[in-house]
Amino acid sequence: MNKKNNLLNVFYLLVPGFVLLISFTHIPAVKTLMNSFYSTAKGRRASKFVGLENYETLWLDATFWKVFSNNIIYALGVIPSSILLSLGMALWVNSKIIGRPFLRFSYFLPTVLPLIAVGNIWLFFYAPGFGLIDQIVTSLGFPSLNILGSQESSLFGVMAVGIWKEAGFYMIFYLAGLQAIPPDLKEAAMIEGANKWYIFWRITFPLLTPTTLFVSVNAVINSFRQIDHIVVMTQGGPDYASTLLLYYIYESAFVFWDTAYATTLSVILILLLCLIAIGQFFVLDKKVHYQ
Amino acid sequence: MIKTFLKIISLFVLTISLSSSAKAVELEFYFPVAVGGAAATTVEELSNKYMELNPGVTLKPIYAGSYTDATTKAITAAKGGNPPPMAVLIAIDIFKFYDEDLVMPWDDILTAEEKENWIGGFYPAFMKNSQIDGVTYGIPFQRSTPVLYYNKDAFREAGLDPERPPQNWAEQLEYAKKLTKKGSDGNIERYGIRIPTKGFPSWLTSGLIYQNGGQMTNGLGTETFLDTPEVIEAVQYLVDLSEKHKVMRPGTLEWGATPKAFFEGQTAMMWTTTGNLTNVRKNAPFDFGVAMLPAGKSFGAPTGGGNFYIFKGTPADELEATKDFVKWMTAPDQAGVWTMATGYVAPRPDAWETQAMKDYVADFPPALVAKEQLAYADAEFSTYENPKTVKIFNTALENVMSGSISPADAMKQAQIDIDKILKDYR
Repeated sequence: MNKKNNLLNVFYLLVPGFVLLISFTHIPAVKTLMNSFYSTAKGRRASKFVGLENYETLWLDATFWKVFSNNIIYALGVIPSSILLSLGMALWVNSKIIGRPFLRFSYFLPTVLPLIAVGNIWLFFYAPGFGLIDQIVTSLGFPSLNILGSQESSLFGVMAVGIWKEAGFYMIFYLAGLQAIPPDLKEAAMIEGANKWYIFWRITFPLLTPTTLFVSVNAVINSFRQIDHIVVMTQGGPDYASTLLLYYIYESAFVFWDTAYATTLSVILILLLCLIAIGQFFVLDKKVHYQ
Repeated sequence: MIKTFLKIISLFVLTISLSSSAKAVELEFYFPVAVGGAAATTVEELSNKYMELNPGVTLKPIYAGSYTDATTKAITAAKGGNPPPMAVLIAIDIFKFYDEDLVMPWDDILTAEEKENWIGGFYPAFMKNSQIDGVTYGIPFQRSTPVLYYNKDAFREAGLDPERPPQNWAEQLEYAKKLTKKGSDGNIERYGIRIPTKGFPSWLTSGLIYQNGGQMTNGLGTETFLDTPEVIEAVQYLVDLSEKHKVMRPGTLEWGATPKAFFEGQTAMMWTTTGNLTNVRKNAPFDFGVAMLPAGKSFGAPTGGGNFYIFKGTPADELEATKDFVKWMTAPDQAGVWTMATGYVAPRPDAWETQAMKDYVADFPPALVAKEQLAYADAEFSTYENPKTVKIFNTALENVMSGSISPADAMKQAQIDIDKILKDYR
């Protein structure tokens, strides 16, 4: 009797969460998959079943491959940099220095700003001629730069904004993780004659691995999710040089209104994220120390 | 207790429902702003004035960002089953709205007299992107052509006559060379000319194309002619300004930052919309002039800007109110107010005949330049699936400007890519 009651309670408590999850995540995902097998409906022509034709178009679409590789480069550039930077910032800000509260505040400031606002601020920084970066560069005697306007550098310009925005956020988590490390471990190591580097590698960093897992999952999600700064700064240009996958999906769906192709792209994005998530949780989980 | 409570509630609900079914017609409309200056506040002021004169109508103008954003917003609302009665949207998306079956022809709600006098009273150049097969889908509202703005002080400094702007391509290049100035560190501190090419270079480039005697589309939305010598030469002239003659900043140049670059003295001449005229007049810290775009084989310019569209599914009373409002907005007095606040071209000849406008142009002759250029103006690039095709064209031009591809190769590839999309419509 008790066991049945318990099971029922468990069921009741889980149902609301499940309903939300299924209706806002799973059903749309399945519908997206179904829609990717149909053509786009126009006002004057209904959509029809086309099987794998959309996927064929995607495979042959040079723009898609460019956008895909852009996103991989973006992820590989932003994720390690922002994590390392945030770890460094956290270590520095955790030690006893003058002006520590102010430093913590200024590191965290990018996080509280909306990404649209950040994009606009950096648009000014990067503006050729009268932007902050260009003013510094030209006053040192170098020729003026057009970072967002050149194909080679626009993606990196956008990556810098992504790193700047997120590092402060991850720093908070690392700070919390650092402060949870019992100080007697460090003291014991110092008595034994270990240097700072050894302490970091053998004590601090392993104990931070749960935080690192959390931060890296967030970083991966953000590198595919955040496109606000691209909308504001480059609109994906020049010639898709700074377009990320989600921006391409937005453009296909809401600018070109090629909804069938957009659903096909979405399916690819979902698959990609699923693979990465599986990889992260199973592979990295073995390396995480929880004690 | 409960009974009285329920009575109060039901009375409350009844009053609310009765008051909201009052006779006031509510019209919301999206409008984009693509220029600096007080465009958004002027739209609101005009809407308020209309509401004062017409107490039975409530207008809700909703600022919707750029032309692309406004189109996205309007189509999203319409496809979601909640179309606005009307919206100001870029004229060239006409085929897109028609194809998606979202807009109504104005002909459906106009009398024969209105078709002849009202529709017939707009400048023909502006009607080119407003009709399909003679049926009107857009009413010209914030229409423009690009013009050449130039810094008269810089002209004097370079030994050029400030009252004589360049008349043709050769002079434009020659003046630009004289106006380009190097600083003490050897870097260029002022370029001779700036034609913005980031995001939507097709508009200004089509000026060069028309000046060179070229045609971009067949006017029916189903075919483009980008891979032709006239088009390629025009694009070559543009890229040569930065690559070969070094009189223009290299790379793709921001549209929004162009007036500022002009004000800051980083460029002595600029091509931008006449819609920026009032903005430049207010903010240029020097004496400036405005001229028609220099002639190639002839003068030429694209028209640009936004039209009023009406959406399918709008109830009849809202359509009537919309028609009345749009007729009022394009009437001489209001068109004059709009032109003076922004620099857009009043879309009807009669708008230029009011005393207010005559005084305005007497006091500020540059306002006439775009209107006079209308005699040489032609349609803006517009086809079916316009968002896609114009992006292909724009991207090709951006690539040329960033130096990664020649004009001939870029136009050839663009033509191939656009043909793939348009063949379904032929």
